[in-house]
Amino acid sequence: MTTIDPARTELQPSEPQPSRRSTGTRATRLVGIGCITAMGWLVAFGLGFSPADRDQKESVRILYVHVPTIWLAYLAFVVTAVSSGLYLFTKKQSLGWDRAAGASAEIGVAFVAVTLAVGSLWGRLTWGVFWQWDARLTTTALLFVTYIGYLAVRRLGGSHQQRAKRSAVLGMIAVVEIPLVHFSVKMWRSLLAEALVANLDGDLRWTGSCCSASSSASSPSRSCTSG
Amino acid sequence: MEDAGFILGSYFLTFATVGLFAWRTLRSGRKLADQIPDDDKYWL
Repeated sequence: MTTIDPARTELQPSEPQPSRRSTGTRATRLVGIGCITAMGWLVAFGLGFSPADRDQKESVRILYVHVPTIWLAYLAFVVTAVSSGLYLFTKKQSLGWDRAAGASAEIGVAFVAVTLAVGSLWGRLTWGVFWQWDARLTTTALLFVTYIGYLAVRRLGGSHQQRAKRSAVLGMIAVVEIPLVHFSVKMWRSLLAEALVANLDGDLRWTGSCCSASSSASSPSRSCTSG
Repeated sequence: MEDAGFILGSYFLTFATVGLFAWRTLRSGRKLADQIPDDDKYWL
């Protein structure tokens, strides 16, 4: 275990002063600058340069942040599952993989929370309500609750190895929910999907553009936009 | 812009969450970094 020598914490005046508060490397700084630049780009195009959609009007601008957040959450949860698998099935059983799994799950939970919150704002503009018990929305909420549970399980008692093992098992099971969320619109005909299917006179161009633009939102349909 | 409150609110919510998460991660990293001697800080 590393111990801290108080004498070493006092620097001599002649010694160069290291940036004690910094925890970044050149690579992480570059990634940070890239992220900030990309976010500025997103705001400029999402709110400024991009025209309003023909049917969704200005509310389509919400999708430029809504859809990427759920894809980031998917990616984070896949990283959690892969790291969990590497912890469980490698001979060394390094706790580093367990920490990577936990850190990635935290990122995923944050982004699913954003997805649900921003999606409800989009739903209010599109459907007239903040929430509907649609298959896509319900399974996304279930995904959120499952990974909250995963983070809770990580805080349960036991040795590091015991906690890592039980979290790794849960992390590998929970990832199965991702295809469930993504294909929920096809697997279950919710009220929204039925309206789309039953509406044989529907404008295919409208529904096509709407569905492609809102890949992670519940399948929008004309009947829903009218309330 | 029509429905500006909802649209700007959604952008604010997203970036505020990302910013808060980044701030929390950096704060946690700095706390941990303070616990080890400078010689062991390989990133410096």
